[in-house]
Amino acid sequence: MRIIWLITATLLLVAPGLVAHAADDPKAVKSEDGKYLDKEGNPTFNVAADGTVDWYTYSGFRRYHSECHVCHGPDGMGSTYAPALRDSLKTMSYGSFLEVVASGRKNVNTAQESVMPAFGDNPNVACYMDDLYVYLRARAHDAVGRVRPPKREDKPDAYTQAETACMGTK
Amino acid sequence: MRKVLSAACLGAMATFATGVAYANDELGKMAQNPKDWVMPAGDYANTRYSKLNQINAANVGKLQVAWTFSTGVLRGHEGGPLIIGNIMYVHTPFPNKVYALDLSQENKIVWKYEPKQDPNVIPVMCCDTVNRGVSYGDGKIFLHQADTTLVALDAKTGQVAWSVKNGDPGKGATGTSAPLVVKDKVLVGISGGEFGVQCHVTAYDLKSGKQVWRAFSEGPDDQILFDPDKTTDLGKPVGKDSSIKTWQGDQWKIGGGCTWGWISYDPSLNLIYYGSGNPSTWNPKQRPGDNKWSMTVFARNPDDGKAKWVYQMTPHDEWDYDGVNEMILSDQQINGQERKLLTHFDRNGLAYTMDRATGELLVAEKYDPKVNWTSGVDMNKSSPTYGRPKVLDQFSTEKGGEDKNTKGICPAALGTKDEQPAAYSPDTQLFYVPTNHVCMDYEPFKVSYTAGQPYVGATLSMYPPQGETHMGNFIAWDNKTGKIVWSNKEQFSVWSGALATAGGVVFYGTLEGYLKAVDAKTGKELYKFKTPSGIIGNVTTYEQGGRQYVAVLSGVGGWAGIGLAAGLTEPTEGLGAVGGYAALSNYTALGGTLTVFALPQ
Repeated sequence: MRIIWLITATLLLVAPGLVAHAADDPKAVKSEDGKYLDKEGNPTFNVAADGTVDWYTYSGFRRYHSECHVCHGPDGMGSTYAPALRDSLKTMSYGSFLEVVASGRKNVNTAQESVMPAFGDNPNVACYMDDLYVYLRARAHDAVGRVRPPKREDKPDAYTQAETACMGTK
Repeated sequence: MRKVLSAACLGAMATFATGVAYANDELGKMAQNPKDWVMPAGDYANTRYSKLNQINAANVGKLQVAWTFSTGVLRGHEGGPLIIGNIMYVHTPFPNKVYALDLSQENKIVWKYEPKQDPNVIPVMCCDTVNRGVSYGDGKIFLHQADTTLVALDAKTGQVAWSVKNGDPGKGATGTSAPLVVKDKVLVGISGGEFGVQCHVTAYDLKSGKQVWRAFSEGPDDQILFDPDKTTDLGKPVGKDSSIKTWQGDQWKIGGGCTWGWISYDPSLNLIYYGSGNPSTWNPKQRPGDNKWSMTVFARNPDDGKAKWVYQMTPHDEWDYDGVNEMILSDQQINGQERKLLTHFDRNGLAYTMDRATGELLVAEKYDPKVNWTSGVDMNKSSPTYGRPKVLDQFSTEKGGEDKNTKGICPAALGTKDEQPAAYSPDTQLFYVPTNHVCMDYEPFKVSYTAGQPYVGATLSMYPPQGETHMGNFIAWDNKTGKIVWSNKEQFSVWSGALATAGGVVFYGTLEGYLKAVDAKTGKELYKFKTPSGIIGNVTTYEQGGRQYVAVLSGVGGWAGIGLAAGLTEPTEGLGAVGGYAALSNYTALGGTLTVFALPQ
């Protein structure tokens, strides 16, 4: 019994990073209106050989450094009190990413007071969920470095339409 | 029995009748006693100077740790303790505990206060859950909690005497600043510039907590407490609607101009001084106009809040250069003339010397030679742009416009200095200034406003100036000539408040966690000790039982803990910024501790 318990504990400690990394294949298999999708149909990044990034990665970089970096630090590197999302995204699925950003998360106890607010009602975040996910996924896989992406694809027309509708602007 | 009671009542009434003058004298007199440290900056003039001289340039090298105290809280510890007689009052970041320690009884905890606050306020605080300290007056300790509750605690017992709500955290307003007691009132500002709060300074009655006046930073004249004919800007009356005519439509209602810095007070002129922060949003294109009175130095009457004079340092901000840093009051001679001066080291990289009676601008010079967004302030009194900084197009994010990344702006949004207060020594007539040495790229873009949600609208990345290896300096500044006298390089931004002493020693802390002592005349390092965590607190000194002590809170965090935790850049980037990849996380970790130093006995 004891041995089993130890093995299980070890697995629990070690496994998430290994398993998820192996499981998370960010390779883009198709593109729809400038949005790249992996084999699961989840949004992903696309970095060309000359360093040109897809629009979502670029847009996510901008939105991240407006809305998220005041807690999570520059380039998803974390701060003294909020986790490094470039690490979190190594194990976090697309579905749970959306859930945490939209609904928030609390971890308040004697050792820490971490509170992620709910951004579901904030159009500056809610309208750019996929952008943020794609950028952070690219960071998690070291596909983009700690720099502003130097070259990018053009903003797709379909994206502009969806953005305008979501933000409620003209 | 009845007779006794009414006699007691009469006595109480007599005290009450003279209460106004008494409260005023009480604190002013208490601040004269160098053994105590009775208000956040040590004195009303915000000099952070102590007359104590037992620790001096000759013996400071022998300094030792006398005792330490863990606050039990992990995140960024700004501010510093108060010392009144035998009692030291230590505050913490959220959950905003206050401890009263008896210095005459081996620093035993006499009482502890810990409020219950909704943790949902945590993410509404833009840059960590910091708090810059408590104030004392009328036998009470005043604390501005994260959730904006201003609470008065009995200084002897810690019991709540009264409490009042200063703002709505649901809309992004939070409490981080230290209150200041002036006469029969307690004054307090508010945070929330990244959430579109219409910020204000408010005066509450010391005895009851009843609101006496509230002065907004932007809005109609009756909200900003301006007299169009009597309130002046660089010597001229401001005129009607001086604020709202510099905003488009109703934008002033979500205009920011927050007041989370320090307040100073001149009893002889009966004026308080403080600065206002950035206009919301960070996207300048979205808010045309000068956005008055954000980024402004205010001189107000503490009795009714009426503004005597104002000066806007950064009209129509394009870089997040909040004007909240402390106003240091000094009496010095300029050109053989005795002047009542106000010296202010602004986030925008300019140090201003003003006449604090009239608001006349005397000196405005860069206190980091790398500052590049402006070629300087127009000092020609007959010029139509008198008092305005000349903005270089290359570094104007307004000119660049939305969706354009403007590169190489110095200083970064952190400012050449943030809230970490400087010190002034009347012995050397020099100012000792903790500074940041960081530049940035800034790209504004359109955002929409949602109450209680971040309202930022710009992407920025920060790095050390081209070719530099360090991200901070600790400098000595001559406010009469506007020149740096000496400058010490620091690997990281210096994010700790300085202390100057009559012993000819200046103290400050570093983000790696060192408490450092330097020679006031030369800047030569005389002592350093690595405390348990990075220092963003302010250094304090006091005397107890005939011994001089130096105290500082360590506990890394704040804005410095966000930007520098993982370093600013990667070593492989080849930006010419070799120091930029130095990660603070390689030097220090979280943990709130008070470390107290003294000479060996």
